[in-house]
This record gives sequence, structure tokens and C-alpha cells, in this order.
Amino acid sequence: MKKRARRHRREEGHGRTDMIFRTLGKAELPKLFGVMAAGGKIVAPVEAGRDRENRPVYVFRETARFEEAALSYTTTKLPAKRYFLPYREDLATFRIEGDDWQKLVDYNVDRPRIFFGLHPCDINALNRLDKVLLNGVYPMPYYVAKRKNMFIVGIDCLPQPYCFCRSMGADTALHGFDMFLTDLGDDYFVEILSDTAYNFLRCVRTSEPGEDDHARYMKAVSRKNDKFIAHVDTTDLTKILDMEFQSEVWKQWGDRCLACGTCANVCPTCYCYGVEETVSVDLGSARKTKTLYSCNLLDFAEVAGGHNFRPERHVRLKYRYYHKHRGFVEAYEEPLCVGCGRCGESCLAGITVPEVIASVRGEGA
Amino acid sequence: MTDRNAGGTFLGVPLYRPRTAFFELASCEGCQLQVLNNEATLAPFLGLLEIVNFREAMTGGTDDYEIAFVEGSVSRKDEEDLLKEIRGNARVLVALGSCACFGGVNRLKDRFDPDWTRKTVYGEAPVESGRARPLEDLVAVDLKIYGCPVKKEEVEKVVTNIALGKAVVSPKYPVCMECKANENICLFDLGEPCLGPVTRAGCDSWCPNSRAGCWGCRGPAEDANVEQLEKIMQEHGFAQETILDRLECFGGFARFAEAFRRRRREGAE
Ligand code: SF4
Ligand code: SF4
Ligand code: SF4
Ligand code: SF4
Ligand code: SF4
Repeated sequence: MKKRARRHRREEGHGRTDMIFRTLGKAELPKLFGVMAAGGKIVAPVEAGRDRENRPVYVFRETARFEEAALSYTTTKLPAKRYFLPYREDLATFRIEGDDWQKLVDYNVDRPRIFFGLHPCDINALNRLDKVLLNGVYPMPYYVAKRKNMFIVGIDCLPQPYCFCRSMGADTALHGFDMFLTDLGDDYFVEILSDTAYNFLRCVRTSEPGEDDHARYMKAVSRKNDKFIAHVDTTDLTKILDMEFQSEVWKQWGDRCLACGTCANVCPTCYCYGVEETVSVDLGSARKTKTLYSCNLLDFAEVAGGHNFRPERHVRLKYRYYHKHRGFVEAYEEPLCVGCGRCGESCLAGITVPEVIASVRGEGA
Repeated sequence: MTDRNAGGTFLGVPLYRPRTAFFELASCEGCQLQVLNNEATLAPFLGLLEIVNFREAMTGGTDDYEIAFVEGSVSRKDEEDLLKEIRGNARVLVALGSCACFGGVNRLKDRFDPDWTRKTVYGEAPVESGRARPLEDLVAVDLKIYGCPVKKEEVEKVVTNIALGKAVVSPKYPVCMECKANENICLFDLGEPCLGPVTRAGCDSWCPNSRAGCWGCRGPAEDANVEQLEKIMQEHGFAQETILDRLECFGGFARFAEAFRRRRREGAE
């Protein structure tokens, strides 16, 4: 109820108080998708293949076909990162003619994109990135330009055994989307946060949710809550991490770690990067390229002159946890982790956030 | 820098155009072929070097060079002598490709009895064929360009950086970094083995991009946790022989493969 009151205030500013929540018949969804596809490029979860146990592997990909969008997907292997923090991106290119040169800067946004079907964790990941890259002291224009051109349709999900978003305060999205769909069986319960979303919805048939829809919504939410298996105890976690800085458990995890950087690459909130300047072989052009990096890599903390502040694997692994669950919490009052579970699922060494934190707390492992 | 290195300027900075020689020892010459690949950029590439010795690309040759690119492993006495002579002439010696860096695929034969391999391949012909050794076993190596074969893009970058006086560096991290950036489905998810987590990157995850597991042709990443990957591969149900085949294929993981065999023997005892 509190949530609803807040939305009311927000929407009153736009002179509307009636269109905060709607119900949308499921049969109308393809039409809504079609209306959006006519207006822009849609990125949706699609099945990219099957793994060795014949489970679908999902990815975010551009598609114009509703049938291809796998809206009841389980977590994608990779987040939609390439659309807001590309793995490789030219920050600038240079044209060189004789002793003259010209710098060209492009924020690499070719068009606005519609993200159709982001789970709450991935929406919250964007909200947390915003704190640093958009609202921080030094906004990152390459991120801001892309972020401002995202239209987001969120969708609810059924927690998988590896999901611990609830522990990270990321199981519901309160903002950072335009429209959010919750499955009520025959209908979707729709939350609307932007004028654009409102206008899209005017093209399809929706209705004012009644008391029974509210009841169905609350049932769906509590059904989701019952499904969580993985948890992280965050009580006093920043302090405990301080106390356990020298704990032996870090060494045990470090011995297992492959220092491969996969955890950062699959993480929707990891934003570290390296920059390299290269000159073309004909010496006629040059580029400054940003590449996403990982604090688990050997030379992450290597500085000019060759000194490495973190030459040991376990120290690097530890700092990944300290950034996400201590430093970021102290600065922004929430962890730089949304509990999507991707890192643990992709880590070949089986290093998962719930297990690492439990071990630091002296529980299990 | 002497006058003879005058290679024009880049934004007013004089370019270094070294007198360069290419040589091959025991190898397939595939890496040298790569050097001559990529027609679109071949002319500017060759323009950055003053090539004075390159059997695959020109006739004639001289001992007056500053940089020597040496392809292949050392497996005969005459190769050993040639390598030492090159080392004496060159200011900078570059090991070109995995044979030069680690012994390469040639090293596979060292798994077997040397007499047996020689007889099987050459019959009774009087051919000398010893252990395949990396250049480093015999002379100091200044720079290594990894890969079987090397990637032309990487060679271009190395040569461009030499011309500009920029540092020449290889990634220290493993192939997984590039593989994830290329958004591949992990081969372990597909039930295939892969050495990507321990192999030095720089190939842009060439093999996983085509849904083939990495065979470690670029040798170990720095800080590679090979023992852990061996455990992971066994947990995924891959036979010890499968793991050894990969570790031994290109020579870069030789010491890890030896340790693996040793542990296996000790385990069996
Ligand atoms: S982490 Fe949470 S929000 Fe994300 S898919 Fe799992 S249950 Fe949904
Ligand atoms: S924790 Fe796992 S995914 Fe991350 S670097 Fe270590 S082995 Fe790779
Ligand atoms: S640290 Fe792991 S669980 Fe947390 S947001 Fe990143 S990938 Fe998801
Ligand atoms: S396919 Fe190989 S290189 Fe790619 S992520 Fe998996 S283990 Fe790493
Ligand atoms: S993926 Fe592995 S085997 Fe293939 S080119 Fe790269 S390093 Fe060599």
C-alpha cells in the first residue's frame, strides 16, 4: 500500500492518477510487442541453444518476433551488458594525416532500444550502476548515453536455486523501468512508470485492476517469495568482512580460483575496465579502446613500473567481495551485487557468493 | 638509432625501421606464412620493416640485421648452430609461434621412444631428429609471439609498436576473458573440454568462437591454475588421457603434464 501511495504522488505530477496499475490480457501481449517493434529495436531473452543436459541457454538478443521472446526464461548466461557496458568499445578514434590529427568521439548509441522482459535483478543492477556511472561525481558519458536510450519492460520470474536477489534487496524493482509485468495466470498485472509506457499501452486493451486482481497479484508475489533456496545473511556483513580480513577461508577459495575473470564478465554490476591505445598498421588511424576487465585477473592491480599490489589469487578474489559487499555498501547503502547468481553458475571452480560469504561468517564450507 | 633506420615519421616522431630477418627451424612454416597473410595490410606491414632475410618471401640474404624472427623448435645439431649464430647477429631475437616458444606440436613425438619415432617416420634413412626444444633452452629470447599459428593481427601490432617505440605486451589473463567478451556459450556447458581457463589470451578465443575447445596453443596464462582445471575436467567426466592430450599438444603445458603424470603414477602406487 505504501508503494502504491508513492506512485500516486509521482503520477499526480503528470496530471494522471488513474493509470498506475492496469491489467493486460495475455492475448494482448503479442500486439503490445508488435506496437513496440514498429517503434524501435527490441532486445528480449531468446533461447540460443541447449546445454549438455538439454536445458535451454538464454541470451538477450535483438528480435522483432514475439514468438522468439522466451518470457518465462530462467536467468540468461550473460546479462544484457553489451547494450549498456559493451565488452569492447572505442572511446575515441583518431585520423592521422601527416603531422595533423583529428579526434572523433562517439558514444556508440545508434538508436534507442526496448528491453522486453528484464527480471528485477537486472533492473536493479542498472539502478546500482546508475549510482556510479550516471549519478556519480564523474558520470561516464558512454554509459549515460546508452542508459538514457533504454526503454525497459520488466517481467517477474520464478527464483531458481541459485537466485539470492532477495538477500541483496533486489527481488523487486521499484524504479528503473518503464513498465513491469507480473503474471496473474490469464492476465498480466502492469505497473506503469513512464509516459512512453502509458502511450504504448493505449494501443492495446487494458483494464482497471479490481480487488480480485490485487489479490491475485499478492498471491503471485508470495508464491515467488516461497521459492527462494539460496540466501546470504547480510547482518552486520560490512563489519564481519572487516574482522575476517585475514581469515584462512580466503586462501581456500583462492586456491580454487582460476583467475579467469568469468565472474566479472557475467556480472550485471561489474564495471571495471582497461584502456588500450593502438595505431593501425598503415599508421593512418588510431583508437582508444575500453575493454571490460576483472579484479580477479593477475595484473588488475599492477601499476607502472611493474609493482603488483595484489599478486595472489586469494587476495584478488577477496577484494572482489570487499568491493561488492563492503566498500559499495558503505558508499551507497546497498551491495554492488543483485544476487542474480550468474557468477556462481558460470564459475567452473564452483565459487558462489552464498558459499563464500557463509564461509567468511564461519558457517559451512 | 642510425640513419639507415629512417622510416619516415609519425606525428613528427621518427619511426624505427629495423633491419629484419626471418628464419625457420623445425616447423611447418605456417607462422611465416601468417606473416605474409592479410593482403589488405601486407604492403604497409612490410613497409614498417626493412626485411633483409626471408627465405619464404625473397631470395638472397645477409647477416646484417637487428631483429630476427625465428620460427620452429630446435631438434638437430645444425639448427642449434644456426640459432646460436642468429643470436650472435641479432640485437633482438623474437620467438615466432608456439614451436619456437615451447617446442610446439613437434614435441608430441617426445612422448615416445626416439628410435621408434625416427624409424616409423624416416625408415632406415640416416636422419637426425632429436628432442624438440624451445629456443629458450639454448639461447636468450627477447620476445615471444605465441600461437599455432600466430595471429597476423598480433604480429602487426607487435611490429607497429616496435616502429613507434611502444611497449610490446601479451595479455597475462586466460582465453576465457575473450571468450566471454565474444559471448560464446561455454564449452563446458556443452559437455566439451576446454583449456581456455588456463591458456594465455590474445587469439580472441579463436577456437571457442567456432564451438571448439581450446587446446592451449598459446601456452599457460600467467598465474594459470592448471591443477584446479584438471580437477574440474575430471569432475566433468573427462578421462585423464583427454586432459593429457590437451596439455601435451602444443608443448606450452609440458611441465604441468609431467606433474600430472607424476601425480597419477604416485596415485596408482
Ligand atoms: S535473481 Fe531474483 S530477480 Fe533475478 S531471476 Fe532470480 S529470482 Fe528473479
Ligand atoms: S571466482 Fe570463478 S569465475 Fe571468478 S575468476 Fe575465479 S574461477 Fe573464474
Ligand atoms: S556478483 Fe554474482 S550474483 Fe552478484 S550481481 Fe554479480 S553475477 Fe550476480
Ligand atoms: S569455452 Fe573455454 S574459453 Fe570459453 S568460457 Fe568456457 S572454458 Fe573459457
Ligand atoms: S583458443 Fe586456444 S588453441 Fe585456439 S587459438 Fe586460442 S589459444 Fe590456441
